[in-house]
Amino acid sequence: MKIKGAQIIVEALKEEKVEYMFGYPGGVVIPIFHELYNSPIKFILSRHEQGAIHAADGYARASGKTGVVIATSGPGATNLITGIATAHLDSIPLVVFTGQVSRDMIGNDAFQEVDVTGITRPITKHNYLVQDIKDLATVIKEAFYIASTGRPGPVVIDVPVDISNSLHRFEYPKEVSIRGYKPNYEGHPVQIKKACQLIKESKRPVIYSGGGVVLSDASEELREFVKKTGIPITTTLLGMGAYPETEELSLEMLGMHGTFYANNAVNESDLLIAIGARFDDRVTGKISEFIPHAKVIHIDIDPASVSKNVMVDVPIVGDCKKVLRELNSEVEAPEISEWVSHVMTMKKENPLSYEKSKNPDEIKPQYVVEELYRQTEGKAVIATEVGQNQMWAAQFYKYTEPRTFVSSGGLGTMGFGLPAAIGAQLARPDRRVIDIAGDGSIQMNIQELIVAVQNRLPIIVAILNNGFLGMVRQWQQLFWERRYAHTCIDCAPDFVKLAEAYGCAGIRVTKNDEVIPAIQKALSITDRPIVIDFVVAKEENVYPMVPAGKTVKETIMRELA
Amino acid sequence: MTRHIISVRVENKFGVLARVAGLFSARGYNIDSLAVSSTEHEGISVMTIVVKGDNRILEQVKKQLNKLIDVIKVSDHSEQKSIQRELALVKLNCPGNRRGEILQLCELFGAEVADIAPKSLTISLNGDGEKIDRFLELSAPYGIKESMRTGLVSILKDKE
Repeated sequence: MKIKGAQIIVEALKEEKVEYMFGYPGGVVIPIFHELYNSPIKFILSRHEQGAIHAADGYARASGKTGVVIATSGPGATNLITGIATAHLDSIPLVVFTGQVSRDMIGNDAFQEVDVTGITRPITKHNYLVQDIKDLATVIKEAFYIASTGRPGPVVIDVPVDISNSLHRFEYPKEVSIRGYKPNYEGHPVQIKKACQLIKESKRPVIYSGGGVVLSDASEELREFVKKTGIPITTTLLGMGAYPETEELSLEMLGMHGTFYANNAVNESDLLIAIGARFDDRVTGKISEFIPHAKVIHIDIDPASVSKNVMVDVPIVGDCKKVLRELNSEVEAPEISEWVSHVMTMKKENPLSYEKSKNPDEIKPQYVVEELYRQTEGKAVIATEVGQNQMWAAQFYKYTEPRTFVSSGGLGTMGFGLPAAIGAQLARPDRRVIDIAGDGSIQMNIQELIVAVQNRLPIIVAILNNGFLGMVRQWQQLFWERRYAHTCIDCAPDFVKLAEAYGCAGIRVTKNDEVIPAIQKALSITDRPIVIDFVVAKEENVYPMVPAGKTVKETIMRELA
Repeated sequence: MTRHIISVRVENKFGVLARVAGLFSARGYNIDSLAVSSTEHEGISVMTIVVKGDNRILEQVKKQLNKLIDVIKVSDHSEQKSIQRELALVKLNCPGNRRGEILQLCELFGAEVADIAPKSLTISLNGDGEKIDRFLELSAPYGIKESMRTGLVSILKDKE
């Protein structure tokens, strides 16, 4: 029996066991929406396409499944661009359907036409323009396969409206074979032996674990590896939670706003074991002076990540989970008790800290994050926006499980947190989801509040409201002569009224002793989102800070008098 | 800056050229020459790309090329022995009284006369880049009205 292209899409999504689809309708995707309407796929209607794609992204990060998005042609597609790039830089599996004008109109400057495959080419893992109804099912099968295997990433499928309307038999391929795409999962045994040798001989090793460990669900294997070797471990922003930050050997996050002990341990190390991390400039600082004494083992599924920024002594191209398993069965613990005690001393003597508020009317943003951690007993899924809020959320909430920290790392997308929290809450109905936000970022996709209301999602939006675009202001203060060019945003909406207008609960907190009751009240509400407007210290900075392009030695530890 | 001859086997699908070219242009690299053609396998095309650039960055570009779904194989022919050819078409000023010497030059290079007009000759020549450079240099004094060359194609030599 022949069915319409639009039905083929829905049938294929069913084959892929898609539970949620995020999106926004429009002219050329009406045929697809027509079929979605009565399908078992739960559709989450955003209020802006950017909200839809970040929600799908948050869903993917929190669940480990592939996020699925649909938008119309032209502006629908271009509104997705930031979200596609966000997912691309953080290797998040997404399949994104965009409508396209009918084939005979392509290239005609037709109404709501843009060259979607052209625009998305550099920010997707792969993309397709479906030119023949015969290819549609295969394209979808390949897209899901490509998005979720190897180093994951977003795949765009551009579907002309006449393809959605034409008829064909539905046969979903059982398998995929693409001759140019054969990801390598097994680490080379010789390389694994070499790595074990280096580990055994090392005197000052450090593990540097990244988002790849989370993506390959290798958290258990990582824990086993640390247990077997006794090597201290630091994680990247996206790697947080893969190893419990509450454990003794955890040095927590490294990098520009990483802990003193993580950065110094890495700097002093004689062996850096990078696992699913890519030596981002926010991690390395000045690359020529990064790890001056260390040899490097690099485990990564993407050969292009190896020796890209830092020359690697023992590359192991493969899946983190599989390679760690192999390592765990072969590795011998090095003799490093002196080193470990040195690192632990650094950890004890230089904890993450901030100057506590002495004024009952001045709330420190770090304190808010600490209380969110205490009141949720560390069990919440935390989404963040981008900027100071993101760094404080990284520093002062302690992550003990993978997929509980949802944040735009590579692209640094403001406006990501709220929609991502929506996706994360759908993925994890068993957990409270908190978006730790700034007053700048939250305004970038605040329209998505209504989506949380519509779906009765009890997300807590904790706005650390300092009246500034705080991170840029911090740079202006430290490096640009305190010239706060256009970073003051204290002309702001009343977030409590705004929350109420959307149908959320709204709470304003201006005093220290209101912080805990406000969080407790928010946690007691379970049928709608809650916005808490924490009016915090205006010019608080994120420390420690390794200024961009500088070395660990130039770390700014605290406010200079 | 070293010159690289990168040979890329790709799926013969729309958009592949843009994907491949995009990896160079995104890094601000200008492609010196490019040839795309069919191969012995139906459905597989080969692109031969000549580009100058920093070795480390080109190493990265090659890895990125390998990551493209439609790319089947990448090899750098500048690192191995290969046979290289390009084709040039050269339109030279040629009054009747100088035909003899130009034809002699063509003979030395194994070039063919593709067209004769009262005041010009169009010559077709194939060979490696150096040979064509040399021919253009020696024919310049006659006055080159127009010249063009295809992108380089390159095939690896078999080992004994």
